[in-house]
Amino acid sequence: MTEQGNGNARAARGVPIESVRPHQFVGQRLRRKEDARLVSGKGRYLADLVVPGMRHAAVLRSPVPHGRIAEFDASEALALPGVDAVFTGRDLIGKVGPFVEGGRLEISPMLMEKVHPEVKPHAMPVLAADDVHFVGQPVAVVVAASRYLAEDALDLVRVDYEELPVVTDPEAALAPGAPVLHGHLGDNVAAHFVIASGDVDAELGSAPHVYRGRFEVGRQASNAMEPRGVLATSDRGTGDLTVWCTNARPHLVRTFLSEMLRMPLDRIRVISPDMGGSFGTGVFSEDFLIPFVARQLGRPVRWVEDRSENLLVTRHGRDQVHLVEVGYDDDGRILALKDRFLVDAGAYNQYAITVSYNAAAHARNQFDIPAVRLEGLNVLTNKAPVAPVRGAGRPEVTFMMDRIVDIVAHETGIDPVDCRRRNLVRPEQMPYHADIPYRDGVDIVYDRADFPAQLAQLCDLVDYGAFRKEQAEARRRGRRLGIGFSSYMEGSGFGPHEGAVVRVDTNGHVTVYTGANAHGQGLATTLAQVCADQLGVTPEDVTVRMGDTSYIPYGVGTFASRSAVTAGTATGVAAGLVREKALAIAAEVLEVSSSDLELEEGTVKVRGTPSRQISLGEVARAAAPGPRSRLPAGMDPVLEAEHYYVPPTVTWSSGTHAAVVEVDEETGFVRVLRYLTVDDCGQMLNPTIVEGQVHGGVALGLGEALTEEVIYDAAGQPLTGTYMDYLLPTTTETPPITVAHQVFPSEVNPFGIKGCGEGGAVGPPAAVANAIVDALRPLDVRISRVPIHPERLLELIEEAKAEAAQDGRPSARS
Amino acid sequence: MEVNGEQRSGSVEPRTTLADFLRDELGLTGTHLGCEHGVCGACTVLLDGHSVRSCLMLAVQADGCSLRTVEGLAAEGGQLHPIQEAFSAEHGLQCGFCTPGFLMSTVELLNEVPEPSEEQIRSHLSGNLCRCTGYHHIVKAVLRAAEVIRGDVAARQA
Ligand code: FES
Ligand code: FES
Repeated sequence: MTEQGNGNARAARGVPIESVRPHQFVGQRLRRKEDARLVSGKGRYLADLVVPGMRHAAVLRSPVPHGRIAEFDASEALALPGVDAVFTGRDLIGKVGPFVEGGRLEISPMLMEKVHPEVKPHAMPVLAADDVHFVGQPVAVVVAASRYLAEDALDLVRVDYEELPVVTDPEAALAPGAPVLHGHLGDNVAAHFVIASGDVDAELGSAPHVYRGRFEVGRQASNAMEPRGVLATSDRGTGDLTVWCTNARPHLVRTFLSEMLRMPLDRIRVISPDMGGSFGTGVFSEDFLIPFVARQLGRPVRWVEDRSENLLVTRHGRDQVHLVEVGYDDDGRILALKDRFLVDAGAYNQYAITVSYNAAAHARNQFDIPAVRLEGLNVLTNKAPVAPVRGAGRPEVTFMMDRIVDIVAHETGIDPVDCRRRNLVRPEQMPYHADIPYRDGVDIVYDRADFPAQLAQLCDLVDYGAFRKEQAEARRRGRRLGIGFSSYMEGSGFGPHEGAVVRVDTNGHVTVYTGANAHGQGLATTLAQVCADQLGVTPEDVTVRMGDTSYIPYGVGTFASRSAVTAGTATGVAAGLVREKALAIAAEVLEVSSSDLELEEGTVKVRGTPSRQISLGEVARAAAPGPRSRLPAGMDPVLEAEHYYVPPTVTWSSGTHAAVVEVDEETGFVRVLRYLTVDDCGQMLNPTIVEGQVHGGVALGLGEALTEEVIYDAAGQPLTGTYMDYLLPTTTETPPITVAHQVFPSEVNPFGIKGCGEGGAVGPPAAVANAIVDALRPLDVRISRVPIHPERLLELIEEAKAEAAQDGRPSARS
Repeated sequence: MEVNGEQRSGSVEPRTTLADFLRDELGLTGTHLGCEHGVCGACTVLLDGHSVRSCLMLAVQADGCSLRTVEGLAAEGGQLHPIQEAFSAEHGLQCGFCTPGFLMSTVELLNEVPEPSEEQIRSHLSGNLCRCTGYHHIVKAVLRAAEVIRGDVAARQA
């Protein structure tokens, strides 16, 4: 590990505490507080929750990709003993409004002003009443005494559809005469924007060489191991609603519910119990449907999806086509990038330009490209909606850009690592102004980083020179080994805010409440580490509570590699404020000046007179209201503080990946032998947890690279409804992963934290594709699409061989 | 049937799966359902010492059998089993949803192969899916657990 700089030396910018205390527990590889419970089978996931009198729901989904509902008939289902009710889309009209899932993540006003994106709003009904637009769209819900019965009854609900013409390909959807999904939008373009820096046409015009190509990234599904679920109860007397849901954003769900059911916010409590992963799981119809149904029936209702429903709708991502023109010179320097890309948004573009703008903002990667122009279109098709899935636009553009670097290297005859190095932003160019705004509207500035050093560290780690020898040796024995690289940038720690309340009870135990939420990231551990350092206690003294709207008034939630940065900073600041308050109260009790006091391991001591001390619990008792209070004049009771951190902009994490693969030329089968990463996510809160995030991200990225794809046929029917067809990487496809770090603490927040949740998933498609191409040199195999299934690779090999035969070039066998 | 050393009984519809029986009738919700079609392995339990997918079995098929679930791993008094301990020590879990299945498959592996190679571990666990960890730390956890258990056995024999 290389250490560059010290996150503590800087003043706490914009932070209302006097000083940031040095890290003691932050940076340690502490064991997770979550584990004892989870390894004992004592987690509480949604499907484990039981409420007396609870009924079970099952959702009926459209089997047709585009159609008009002619008739509903639920009479047979209702006649089945044990069935309580059936609600169709028509029963919801006027009662539960439609929703735009990402509607709360409005485009920042600053971005609006700078980029003027065109976004055409269209909401999705909770249950379709008239038209259906994709297979899997919810059309009715059955409530029954058991899930078995509810599923039986689903088969008895009759829905007649008039089928309508279908479009499943975004390019076809743009063609004149294509079926238009939502008539009032005029066409299938749901969003459109252009951003540019420099004069791309001039650069392309004068560039010595221009490459034109097309890159595609297939549709990937997020596949949290826990299927999604919702449980809702409505208090018989008050009508107050409690909703548990597999959702990383309980506050957002509450806001929606309040509007859709027209209830005051504080009469709704939304709780996220333990979650079995997320990777992009967002807000769905059932989050509103089940509470509505529970209210209508006056009894608790639980719904848990099955894996087939999950593969149908619970979060598809990617599905992009990039059409590029790239100008470069004889030295392999890339001079211009022009990219027009389509995001196949599926039937409802629920997230405005989140994914497409993310793609554009990360396209330039770590490279110093003088001129870029990026045009993004979100296009509607009769497929399930696409939303941010771990990486959210970054893996797609990174695949494109890193393939381009590799292609330029090949065309100019330069070693791929050398070509990469020539194009990297150099340390002396830092801070690097990218001259385009980020998604929050703030102009992108890569703060501190050293990309060439990152690449060099990775080359040492992989022993690039030795690998080339091993490769040549293997080739002589007929084995095809290859190495591929990828680098990425990751804007992380997105706002608009996250808060923390830190409270000390009268026994001296500390509780942190935050609006962020954990679904495997270990926040209960890392936030305790931050809190312990800034308050002056140990992590064992700290309990972190989250995922409940009753804990804290505002919360944004966990997605987009944001929680360590935003909730971490909020926790650290709030803990520092509690420390200051504790010192002020202790000064009153001990009758000394607070500047003579220090707080360590839960005890306030007079400096130099260790016998004069008072425990944090005693301070908390002195902070209670009432006659025994020893609060300084004017200070509010309770030993607590609240802080909402509003990040000025994102932090920039980065990383470089290498994949070593072996390709079987006869079968097209690719085996990833080694995978290595060097990343920079600033000050790590807990390196073991960071490494776990990288490992998991890499595995997801390897799935994207090689096996995972949601496939629709031309008629709009999904073909990947089970784990026999949708192939997640297992222990045998996932290689050992070597993770190393660079540490450039962020300048954006006082603790130097940058996000690390997604980076692992960004590099693998490009690294693996480049490695395959490398393994098959001198055959000029052109990979422009992931995933690379064996059949697809065989086709590419055949094509390359045919071309080589035509040009009289030697084939890879020579 | 015997579950985690205790005699348990119940009457269920013939079509009730073993997983649903364990979870809904016996309240043993540590056995998780990730796919309900036999691929993810989250529902793995030991039936007469061998791993089975409880989502693919009917409860009635387990009549008279001896079952072990994740709830039966820790010693009385709550002390974690060395495999549970190793998963925590090596960060072999993140969200924990897949974990009970991995733990039960590992119990079976280490019963049969006390000193497994990394390759044997990967091959034995290839029927369990995890979306969070990339398996790297899971493999390390199993290696560590194997070592600890061998040490314990050696100590007992000494
Ligand atoms: S739930 Fe049984 S194998 Fe997935
Ligand atoms: S730890 Fe989350 S699926 Fe394995």
